[in-house]
Amino acid sequence: MAGNERRRLARTYKAALVKGLAVALSLTVEKLSKSFGARKVIRDLSFTINAPGSLGITGRNGSGKTTLMKILSQLVPPTGGRVAIRDGDAEVASADCFNYLKMISPEMALYEMLTGYENLKFLSTLAGVRLDRAKQDELLERVGLIGRGDDLVAAYSSGMKQRLKYAVALLAKPAILLLDEPTSNLDDAGKAVVREIIVRQKSEGMLIIATNEAEDLKQVEHVIRLDN
Amino acid sequence: MVRRYLQIGLFVLLAGVIYFSFTMPAPQQMIGEASRIFYYHIPMAWLTVVAYAVNLIYAIRFLKTRSELDDFRSLWSAELGTMFCVLATISGSLFAKVTWGVYWTWSEPRMLSIFILLLVYGAYLSLRAAIPTPERKGVISAAYSIFAFPTVPFFIFIMPRMMQSLHPADSVVDKNLHFTMGGTVLPIFLVSLFSFTVLYFWLLGLGIRLHKVRLARSEEA
Amino acid sequence: MSSGWTTKALAVLAKDIRTELRTRYSLNALFMFAFTTLVVVSFSLGQLSLGVQVLSALYWIIIFFASMSALSGVFVKEEDAKTAQTLRLFARPSVIYAGKLIYNMLLLTILCVLLTPLYVVFMNVTVPDWPLFLVVTLLGIIGLSGATTIIGAIVAKANVRGALFAVLSFPVLLPLLVAAIGGTNAALVGAGWAGAENHVKLLVAYAVIMITSSTVLFDFVWNG
Repeated sequence: MAGNERRRLARTYKAALVKGLAVALSLTVEKLSKSFGARKVIRDLSFTINAPGSLGITGRNGSGKTTLMKILSQLVPPTGGRVAIRDGDAEVASADCFNYLKMISPEMALYEMLTGYENLKFLSTLAGVRLDRAKQDELLERVGLIGRGDDLVAAYSSGMKQRLKYAVALLAKPAILLLDEPTSNLDDAGKAVVREIIVRQKSEGMLIIATNEAEDLKQVEHVIRLDN
Repeated sequence: MVRRYLQIGLFVLLAGVIYFSFTMPAPQQMIGEASRIFYYHIPMAWLTVVAYAVNLIYAIRFLKTRSELDDFRSLWSAELGTMFCVLATISGSLFAKVTWGVYWTWSEPRMLSIFILLLVYGAYLSLRAAIPTPERKGVISAAYSIFAFPTVPFFIFIMPRMMQSLHPADSVVDKNLHFTMGGTVLPIFLVSLFSFTVLYFWLLGLGIRLHKVRLARSEEA
Repeated sequence: MSSGWTTKALAVLAKDIRTELRTRYSLNALFMFAFTTLVVVSFSLGQLSLGVQVLSALYWIIIFFASMSALSGVFVKEEDAKTAQTLRLFARPSVIYAGKLIYNMLLLTILCVLLTPLYVVFMNVTVPDWPLFLVVTLLGIIGLSGATTIIGAIVAKANVRGALFAVLSFPVLLPLLVAAIGGTNAALVGAGWAGAENHVKLLVAYAVIMITSSTVLFDFVWNG
């Protein structure tokens, strides 16, 4: 995406946030299906979410929740149908979608041989976001990891790693946030952090959660059940 | 119906090639009887390259269309190409033994180039076998096909210039681009080249048609 | 507001360097492999001395095998650590490729810096033409990285990593080996730049072709 485009979008998005208006962002799924060989995991799924908005995806283990999340985040191609992210009227090109969304999933990890700060610094540089030490601390504070920024991620507990994933996902202020099993590995304090993030994201952008936790599902407007 | 006649025609041509290749005088006097292998070895080496070109074309197409059929066409051509490549390598090696006394030598650029093609085909098929997910399989092997391609013209065209060749030079086309084969040799050779090429395309089409049936069947299921 | 493409590619490079300095996986593998091979050859030959052509071939054989043992790591470790998915959501493929390409070049350069003196010592080599030798080595490193980086990405998504990496790389690397060995040979016999001209041209052409086609194809390989 050209520099001018990004700056224009960032200004629009930030302005909308400031005014509390909804960004004209939508995610549309058209007749989506996914098969692994003969096994059809997702069949003929269609829906649209507009920002601000939220969606929950639930279903038994193995019903395809994580697969659907991966397809929505453009990491995995569908077998049939398509996913379209629209910014206003224009559809966002597949190669640019990563600018709009961030995902937190048990299948995505952070760099264990880097410290918390270094992970934030590296990924923020990639995302094109300027993150000085103060802002990094702000993020760590928000996820409850303040003071642990100088430790290698390898030394973190699984709950701490999950929290750092949130910090990383949020540093880019994503328009669409996808959470796969958001509260796994978290203690009560951690869950509170996540609830706060969920509430904010719901009103400022789009939120999609894949989970079986009833508590989490209560937070979203609509719920899709994936079952065969 | 037309197809049936064409198949019979191909059979007749190939039978004729085989018959005449042994009954007519040997192509090259100096080498003698062993030169009869020209009629087979050269078409096979030629088809190895053709098959790779077809594989390459469908690989590029597949990256655009992501159609499973294009991926299959690419794969099937590679499998046929591997077969022709093995045959060309073996026939070349036998010829080498009879005329130069060794089954293999690295100083012969054409031997090297057919060997490279064998390596590339082998690598391509190994890669396909090693990728678990079907959608990745097609894309990644297509990427490799395209990536490995520049090596091929290097070994077929550039290396021979850099090395001195034991291969019978000017056996097909001489410096003035006139055919050097005289008498009965040229017609038999051309018919052989033609027939084997048709055979390749026929096998290619056959496999593709079979695959289409398979696809149609699985869709009904 | 946004960092440029170069900044991002350099960030990928810096990240890999930092991780490597802390773990030393690749550097150790590379260097130990090369060093062991060198010592084994030298020891096995005993008093026998090798002709120049064999020496130049040996140099590149060592580098080739060392590369086969270590260069796929740059992508394999991302896939294994599950950080590849994270990267996909944060950066464009071209940025990642550029960073990893330069990283591989850096690894190989360090290897050659360490290997060459040992090679000269153990194999009793005299190099009449150091500038040519170094230029050929550098071009060879660039070509080698250019060819193997994308194959590393290809192999990272497959099963039998180690063997497959060598199987896929070998046919693609042969022109490079031909040119590099020829160029090194010219440097060792003192044939000068005139003698090495064809080989150097080939090395440059090879590097350009490999890096260009990798840049185009990497998108497909990375995103599947």
